[in-house]
Amino acid sequence: MAHEPSGGVAPPQPGQSYTVEAHSAQSHSDPSRSLESRPVAPDPAPPHCLTPGPVLRRRHPLLMPVLLLLVGAAALASLGLGAVMLSPLRLLAALADGPQGQADRIASVILFELRLPRALLGLLIGAMLGLAGAVLQGYLRNPLAEPSVLGASNSAALGAVAALYFGLAEWHAAMLPLMAIAAGMGALLLLFALSGRSESPLGLILAGIAVSTLAGAGISLALNLSSNPFAAMEIMNWLLGSIENRSSEHVLIALPCIIVGAGLLLLDGRALDALSLGEDGARSLGVDLTRTRTRLLFGLAIGVGGAVAVSGSIGFVGLIVPHLIRPLTDRAPSSILLPSALGGAALLTLSDVMVRLVPTRVELKLGVVTAFLGVPVFLFHLLRERRLW
Amino acid sequence: MVTVRVDHVSVRLGRRWVLEDVGMTLSAGSLVGIVGPNGAGKSTLVRAMLGLARPDGGAVHIDGRAVATMPPRDLARAIAYLPQGQTLHWPLSVERLVALGRLPHLAPLSRIGEADRAIVAAAMARADVAHLAQRIATELSGGERARVLLARALAVGAAGLVADEPLASLDPGHQIDVMTLLRREATAGGLVVAVLHDLTMAARYCDRLILIDRGRLVADGTPAQVLTPDRLRAVYGISALVETGGPAPMIVPLDRIENRGTAPC
Repeated sequence: MAHEPSGGVAPPQPGQSYTVEAHSAQSHSDPSRSLESRPVAPDPAPPHCLTPGPVLRRRHPLLMPVLLLLVGAAALASLGLGAVMLSPLRLLAALADGPQGQADRIASVILFELRLPRALLGLLIGAMLGLAGAVLQGYLRNPLAEPSVLGASNSAALGAVAALYFGLAEWHAAMLPLMAIAAGMGALLLLFALSGRSESPLGLILAGIAVSTLAGAGISLALNLSSNPFAAMEIMNWLLGSIENRSSEHVLIALPCIIVGAGLLLLDGRALDALSLGEDGARSLGVDLTRTRTRLLFGLAIGVGGAVAVSGSIGFVGLIVPHLIRPLTDRAPSSILLPSALGGAALLTLSDVMVRLVPTRVELKLGVVTAFLGVPVFLFHLLRERRLW
Repeated sequence: MVTVRVDHVSVRLGRRWVLEDVGMTLSAGSLVGIVGPNGAGKSTLVRAMLGLARPDGGAVHIDGRAVATMPPRDLARAIAYLPQGQTLHWPLSVERLVALGRLPHLAPLSRIGEADRAIVAAAMARADVAHLAQRIATELSGGERARVLLARALAVGAAGLVADEPLASLDPGHQIDVMTLLRREATAGGLVVAVLHDLTMAARYCDRLILIDRGRLVADGTPAQVLTPDRLRAVYGISALVETGGPAPMIVPLDRIENRGTAPC
């Protein structure tokens, strides 16, 4: 038989239209009435649904306290640990004594000349990189974005390398960071010119890659043309990233940049949330994307530029930290901004402590350590996401 | 109550006019379907209504205010938008996602309040997704996802709702759910505009259909007035069986006809 009834359901007979029959059964009754009898489309809300569900919790209640504790511990470790160990009591005494204190001269000098600038820079730069990573991942809606994707790090590094190459860095300690910031801002203008008016993140990423590659080429050129191996060595050393031997002058250069940059980046949390729905979705929620992008690019150029200017390029902090934070929040981009800043501060400062404690003949560079920490996290993320490809 | 007036709107993409001299007035309390072939300019039309596409000619007014000069937040509060094939970029919980609809109402630096939360809960209940509140939105089935995104648009609490292809990739049961919901919003006094491809669905639920072809408004009227076999032939290039026995016409597309555009309109 061509069509044997199976399971008691008669197959449609040839020449008899299923659709028309199904339709005529319904079409003469009022459509909305026949629909409300469907169990999946109940009438207006049952009363219990009108009471709000569990509080819209943005983060795990312990996340911020734990992060603050970590930051505190990292700061304390950074002040106390190193070639000379300072106990918390000795630290407190030296701190109370002030930079000119004579009671414990060694502790005072170590604390105020060496450790305090280093700890402050670790916290500031880490916070900036963590925040920049979180903002960029939200804005580009790409979990692999980090501060360097838009060329902010590379171009600031180019400015610094130029200062080293032309010997300007020897004039004054502030020359190098200032050149780095200037180069970062120049790259920003180039980025605006290249990405034009397009609102898509792709246009911005492509423009960022172009800027970043150009800056990278400039750095290579400086290395290529440097007259003696020592000059090349100096540039390489700087590029590896470190906050060793930084003074309070460096703090004074980085601090305003990072405050302004972080301030600009923190303004747009809501726009980033709205962007979870795409550009049209965000705009239909009243977000002015042009302003958001302008603020974001300036925040990045100033903040990351200021950070890189002082520390050299330190990779992966901006990439890892938002990934470590995100599972402990509701995963909305705005919820991870502050925690990522705190997490970045703690991570970079602790990495810096590790750099000091690991006994190597030459002190490890911070950028090397963060990259070694970052790659496993990056790979883990890639492997976990692979099921989505 | 909201009224959208579209005056001689033309939109150009590069050198091509995707919308030419389209005009209509849409008023509250109706469910308006926008139909037409792929690439006819339907999405551009609704994007122009929302100020997302800037008209190169003509203007759109919402309650007498020109969309081009309205502050984005005012616009967002007047009309909610459900974009076509919306992608979600982060695995947010359903409740968090629906709460995004409250963004245009939040004052700077304020948190989402009790009133907002009640509106979010009500929107979830209206779209029948209250039971999914704690689920992760990216892990839902297509039908659940569509309703969640609709709940997000409802949570805006705007008098107008524009949905671009809300039925795409839904099974017939879920299509009926979504259309019932849109119908209910319109009956309650809202203006609902939906871009639709299923002509039978459009005819059954919409008060008014607007047929767009190659950037031009071809017909504007009740489903029975708009969906005639001749017009389907001219616009879609198909022959179709149009059943007019019931309260709304039912369309069964039959065959492709090659000489598109030559039949009388």
